Amino acid sequence: MNPGPTNARIGYIAFNTFREAVRDRVLYNLIAFALLLSGAAIIVGEISIDIERLVVVNLGLTAVSLFGVVIAIFIGIGLVSKEIDKRTLYTVLSRPVRRWEFVLGKFLGLTGTLVVNTFFMAIGVFLALLYVADKFEKMDLWVLVALYFIVLQFLIVCALALFFSSFSTPLMSAVFTFALFVIGSLAEDMRGFARTTHGVAGWLATAIAYLVPNFSALNVISQVAHGDPVPGRLILYNTVYALLYSAMAISGAVLIFQRRNLK
Amino acid sequence: MKMSAAGRVNLVAAAVLLFSMAGAVATLYVIDNDDQVRRGAVAQDALYVSSSTTLRRMSLGYTGLLADIYWTRAVQYFGQQHHADSGDFRLLAPLLEITTELDPKLLPAYQFGANFLAPKPPGGAGLPGAALELIKYGVEHNPDHWQLYYNLGFLYYTEFKDYAKAADAFRRGAKLPVTSEFMPILAAQMAQHAGEFDTARMLWMTTYQSTKEARIRQNAVEHLVALQVDEEVTQLEQVVAKYRELKGRLPGSMSDLERAGFIHGTPADPKGHAYKLMPDGRIEVQDPKEIYFITKGLPPGALPPQPPREPQPKTDSK
Repeated sequence: MNPGPTNARIGYIAFNTFREAVRDRVLYNLIAFALLLSGAAIIVGEISIDIERLVVVNLGLTAVSLFGVVIAIFIGIGLVSKEIDKRTLYTVLSRPVRRWEFVLGKFLGLTGTLVVNTFFMAIGVFLALLYVADKFEKMDLWVLVALYFIVLQFLIVCALALFFSSFSTPLMSAVFTFALFVIGSLAEDMRGFARTTHGVAGWLATAIAYLVPNFSALNVISQVAHGDPVPGRLILYNTVYALLYSAMAISGAVLIFQRRNLK
Repeated sequence: MKMSAAGRVNLVAAAVLLFSMAGAVATLYVIDNDDQVRRGAVAQDALYVSSSTTLRRMSLGYTGLLADIYWTRAVQYFGQQHHADSGDFRLLAPLLEITTELDPKLLPAYQFGANFLAPKPPGGAGLPGAALELIKYGVEHNPDHWQLYYNLGFLYYTEFKDYAKAADAFRRGAKLPVTSEFMPILAAQMAQHAGEFDTARMLWMTTYQSTKEARIRQNAVEHLVALQVDEEVTQLEQVVAKYRELKGRLPGSMSDLERAGFIHGTPADPKGHAYKLMPDGRIEVQDPKEIYFITKGLPPGALPPQPPREPQPKTDSK
């Protein structure tokens, strides 16, 4: 490995993580996605009424999101442990690569994989939209915003998977990350519960409601399916939130990984 | 040529795979087509989760897709019950309620859902009250869509004969920035000419123009044809009455009316069949079974003919 500057080292680890994911046939999920979406686009006109476009957007974006989350969790939890098991981590760290660079590189590699995956899926969604509606409309642009929010969602899930995998077994990391994904998807309910609870329990509920990742704000699929615009402020807030939350989880992962005894 | 051990295993595994797959499909086919086995075990007739709040939580926020699934399920349920001539539509209203609570902006569920719920069987489920609740919920959550006010007014007009409320719904819809050109006219006409042919014609025309759904459009066309027949029969019977007034007797045939200058040529229904003048002065259509929904021109005591069953509701929007 070429020692080089920090950025180059992180980029190298990220690129290798991406290459490894591709070698692990992660992008094969695109075939399943293409079959799912094209099947739905063709069949829904026959079995339902007047919701062809809605189904393409709802099903397409939901599949992009869930496929991505599953990939993020199952690859994210193995990013560190696999390197330890295969003993490749020692080779990497024996070179002038700092531990935090390794963690950050892994994170960027996985998110890069998911961005590429999402890019191809997005092409699939728009092709299916073209098939059912014959032409694009202005409101289809909001689908891009929903896709952007899904990528932000991946940032958080990848960061969480990496965080848990920095101190836990792959199985437990998967359980923790998936549990946080479920809880985070119900974040609005949690905040509603916190508002109706008083005293210490209220404080505790509020603290938990604000600490768990808020995936519900990142889910605008239903909204864009109807062509409703997404406020610019929400795009800004979600971007800031996702970056901060990911940074928080990655920092946690770095802190733990720095102290971890790898001998 | 001698086959290797691995080759034999592959061959046997492939044969077993194909055989078991064919067997599983065949068994499922037998189960599907055996009424005795299937009795009481049809998933379509069960609503496993009836709370939209629970479903919303279970969906982890992906409510749009779940609403689409429930809407498709409602369409399939209605189609199957309608096709089977079951008359039992007890799951239709809950399915539509869940659909619209999961996605309150799913307009087709209101528009077509009300069309499934309101009409009397065999055309629909005969649940106008549920249809009204559904449309009201739709208006509440989509106050900017004129079509829902139109559906509301239409429902009051056709099912409840409440012309004042129908007029109010059309008036509210007419005030929206984007609305049908017919809405202000309907609002105005509803108050004074609610029972007249022109008003009904305009309603069905608006229905025809505001949907791409083949079944609804066909229904609107059939109602427009029926309205034409009802109007023509009414006019012809008025002519017969005038003839009687003038001559002191009923006309013996359409030719009598023509000779007296009341009509030109032999009047025919939209299907091209001449109207029949009955001995008692009534006008009847040649074949009542051919023209659905007519209320006039029928033999005494005959009910308005209904269209035959359709296989499944289907869209032509693609």
